Amino acid sequence: MALIHQRERFSVLVKTPAAKPVRKPPAKASSKAPVLPEEGSNHPRPRNPERYEASQEELLHFYKEMLLIRRFEERAGQLYGLGLIGGFCHLYIGQEAVAVGLQSALEPGKDSVITGYRDHGHMLAYGIDPKIIMAELTGRGAGISRGKGGSMHMFSTEHKFYGGHGIVGAQVPLGAGLAFGHKYSEDGGVCMAYFGDGAANQGQVYESFNMAALWKLPIIFVIENNGYAMGTKVSRSSAETEFYRRGDSFRIPGMQVNGMDVLEVRGAAEAALEYVRAGNGPLLMELKTYRYRGHSMSDPAKYRSREEVQNVKEKSDPIEAAKAELLKMGVSEDAMKAIDKEIRTIVSEAADFAETSPEPDPSELYTDVLVEQY
Amino acid sequence: MAIELKMPALSPTMEEGTLAKWLVKEGDSVASGDILAEIETDKATMEFEAVDEGTISKILIPEGTDNVKVGAVIALIAGEGEDASADQAAPAPAPAPAPEPEAAKPPTENVQIVPETPKRAQVSDPAIPEGTEMVPTTVREALRDAMAEEMRRDERVFVMGEEVAEYQGAYKVTQGLLEEFGARRVIDTPITEYGFAGIGAGAAMGGLRPVIEFMTFNFAMQAIDHIINSAAKTNYMSGGQMRCPVVFRGPNGAASRVGAQHSQNFGPWYASVPGLIVIAPYDSADAKGLLKAAIRTEDPVVFLENELVYGRTFDVPKLDDHVLPIGKARIMREGSDVTIVSYSIGVGVALEAAEKLAAEGVDAEVIDLRTLRPLDTETVLQSLKKTNRMVVVEEGWPVCSIASEICAVAMEQGFDDLDAPVLRVTNEDVPLPYAANLEKLALVDSARVIAAVKKVTYKG
Repeated sequence: MALIHQRERFSVLVKTPAAKPVRKPPAKASSKAPVLPEEGSNHPRPRNPERYEASQEELLHFYKEMLLIRRFEERAGQLYGLGLIGGFCHLYIGQEAVAVGLQSALEPGKDSVITGYRDHGHMLAYGIDPKIIMAELTGRGAGISRGKGGSMHMFSTEHKFYGGHGIVGAQVPLGAGLAFGHKYSEDGGVCMAYFGDGAANQGQVYESFNMAALWKLPIIFVIENNGYAMGTKVSRSSAETEFYRRGDSFRIPGMQVNGMDVLEVRGAAEAALEYVRAGNGPLLMELKTYRYRGHSMSDPAKYRSREEVQNVKEKSDPIEAAKAELLKMGVSEDAMKAIDKEIRTIVSEAADFAETSPEPDPSELYTDVLVEQY
Repeated sequence: MAIELKMPALSPTMEEGTLAKWLVKEGDSVASGDILAEIETDKATMEFEAVDEGTISKILIPEGTDNVKVGAVIALIAGEGEDASADQAAPAPAPAPAPEPEAAKPPTENVQIVPETPKRAQVSDPAIPEGTEMVPTTVREALRDAMAEEMRRDERVFVMGEEVAEYQGAYKVTQGLLEEFGARRVIDTPITEYGFAGIGAGAAMGGLRPVIEFMTFNFAMQAIDHIINSAAKTNYMSGGQMRCPVVFRGPNGAASRVGAQHSQNFGPWYASVPGLIVIAPYDSADAKGLLKAAIRTEDPVVFLENELVYGRTFDVPKLDDHVLPIGKARIMREGSDVTIVSYSIGVGVALEAAEKLAAEGVDAEVIDLRTLRPLDTETVLQSLKKTNRMVVVEEGWPVCSIASEICAVAMEQGFDDLDAPVLRVTNEDVPLPYAANLEKLALVDSARVIAAVKKVTYKG
C-alpha cells in the first residue's frame, strides 16, 4: 500500500498559489460580464529549498535528538501500559524528523513554537529536560507543569515553547497571536505553529490564515500530515489532500516536504525562515510524515493494515536513514552503539525520576488558578 | 529474576479486559516492540507489545480468559542469561517492580484537603480627595478614557476588534483611539471572532496586553473556546508558568428590539469558570476604574458592558489615575429594611425601585456586585446581617444565574440572618422576543423588584 501519493513521493515542492491564474475573457462579451478584480502583483515566493548539507557533527546531533524522542516515547508507551501515565497520551514515534529538522533551524529564545497535544517530541527537540517532561506525564509535582497539565498541556516560556494545547486547531490562532507579538515588539522572532492534517480542517485555522496574511505576520504554519486524523484517512476527511495548497485562498505560499528525512526538513526550514524573516508574511509547510503508533494509547489502529505501518518502518524510517548516512560518513558502529546506550540511559533516568518523584502536594490543588489576589 | 508481564491498561478507563489471543508461546524469545498478545477492551481489540527483551518462560493466563484485571500478572519473561525453565516449577515470588496501576490507587485517599481560605486582599475603593472635580461622563466615554490612559501608560496595550479603528467602534466606544495611537495599536479585524480571540490570547501569552473587543458578547460564543480553554486555564495547566493577561470586552445583555440571538446575558456563563475574572460595571466611574484595573491585572478578564447604559451620564472623579479594586462590591445606597443585590443594568432598576420604596417607607440597601468573579460575598453577607432580607435583581435568565449563586451563598453562609427566603427578580425564562410588548414583559423592571421586596418584608 503506497503511503505517499505516487506523483510526489516525498518530494520537496514549492508552489506559489495562483501564480498564473487562468483568466480567460468571457466567451461572449456581455455588458453584464462580472468585473473581476485585478490580478495581484507578483506575490513573492520562497526559494526552492535544498536538502541541508550537514556536517558529521550536525547529523550526529540530529540523530541523537531523534533517537531521544523515539526512546522517550517508547518508554512513555510502556509506562502508560503499567498505569503510571493516565488519560490521553499521544506518541510522536515516526514523526521525529519533523520537529528535529524544523526546530534546529530556529533561534531559541527569539523564535516561538506552539503545537497541539502530540507535544513531547517538540519539547525534546527544543532541549527541554526529559526528566521534567516524563514527570509531567506521570503527574508528579516535579513535572514541568507541576503535574497539573499532563501530556497535552506542557509549556516552557523560557524556551518560548508555548504548549501543548488540547483543543484541535486552537494552537493556530494562538500561534498567530504569538507572531503578532513578534511583529508588534519588532523582536525579529518567527512563530512556528504546528498542527496536523486533522486540525487543518478546523475553521479557526483559516480565520488565522486570513489575518496572518492580511497583516503579514511572521509565522510558519506547519502541517504535520501523518495521513490520519485520529482514525480517518486523509482522503476520507479532506477535499483537498495536498495540504500545502490550503493557503491558496489567502495567497500564502505552500511548501511540501519529505518529513521522513531530517536533512530535507532542515533545508526546507531554512528557505521558509528566510522568506518569513524577510517580512513577506506567513508561509505554509506541509510535512509528509507517518505515525507508527495509534492516535493515542487507546487506539486499536483498525483503520490501517499492519503491513502499511511495517512498510514505512522498513523503507522510510527517519532514524534508520540518518544512521545509514552517518555510517556512510565514516562513523563507527561502536560509536553508534555508544550513542544508543547514552540515550537509553537518559531515558531510563527520566523514567526513574518520573516514577519515584512524589505526586503534587494536595495544597497545589488551589494554587495557580489566578495570578493575582483580589 | 523473571520479569512479570502485567495486564496493561490500554485506555484511560480500562479496568479489565479479555486476553483474546497469545501471539507467542512459552520458550519464544521476544524483543522490545514485539506483539505478544491481543487484548480486548470494552472498546476495541488492542495489541500488547513487549517492553523488555527475554524469553517467555511462563504463560499464566491462557488465551480466551475474560475479565482479567489490569495489573494482573499474565506471563513471565526470563531475562538474558536466566534459566527460562526455572519458572516452570516456581512461579515467581518476584518482587513487584512496578507500582500499582493508578486506577487502583487514588492518590490522595485519606488526605484531608483543606482549601486555602481564599486570601482576600483587604482593599476598598481609594478615597477620593475632597474637592476633587466630578466630571459628568457617559459610560461610553469613560470606557474609552480608560483604554486611552492605559495605552499611554503601557506600550504593550493594544485594542483589537471589529470596527474598532476606522469606523470608531460599532458603538463608538473606541472613538478617537485610532487617531491618537495609530493603526499599529488600534486594529480592525475581519469578522472572525474565533480567530481574533485566539490571536488576542496568543499575544497575551507572548507578553502583550491585548484588549479584545467583541461587537457584542453574543458573537463571543463563536470564540468561547479561546476564552475558556486557552485564556482561563493556561495559568493553572502550566503550573503558574504561562499567563494570559487579556481583556475581552464588549456589550452584554439585552439591547433593544434586536431579538433573541442578539440579547443575552453571559455573566453567569463566564462567572462559573475558575481562572477568569468577570467584571460587569454599572456607572461611568466604575466602568473606567475597573477597566483600567482589568487591563493591568495578570489574569484574563471578561469585561461585560451594556449597550443600553453606554449613553447614560454619571460623575467621574477627575483624577490622574482612577483605578478600582477588582472583586469588591459597592454599596450604591444604604438602607436598613432590605438588601437589593444587582449588577450591570440591573443596578439602575434596583435604584429606581429603592427610590419608589422609600416613598412607601421601605428603606432598601442597594449593592452593585461590580465583579461577578471573584464574587464579593463578604459585602453581601454583611448587608444581609443588617437587613435580614434579600432580593437579587438580574437582567438575565433565572436558571443557574448569578442570582441563584447569591441565594446559595445567603443560605449556606447567612442562614441565621435570613428572616425570609431570598427572592430572584430576573428576566422571564424565555428567549427574548422581538415584539415591543413582549420584550417589555420579558425583562426585569422596578415594579417586579418592588413586588419582591414587599414579599420578603411581608408587606405585599
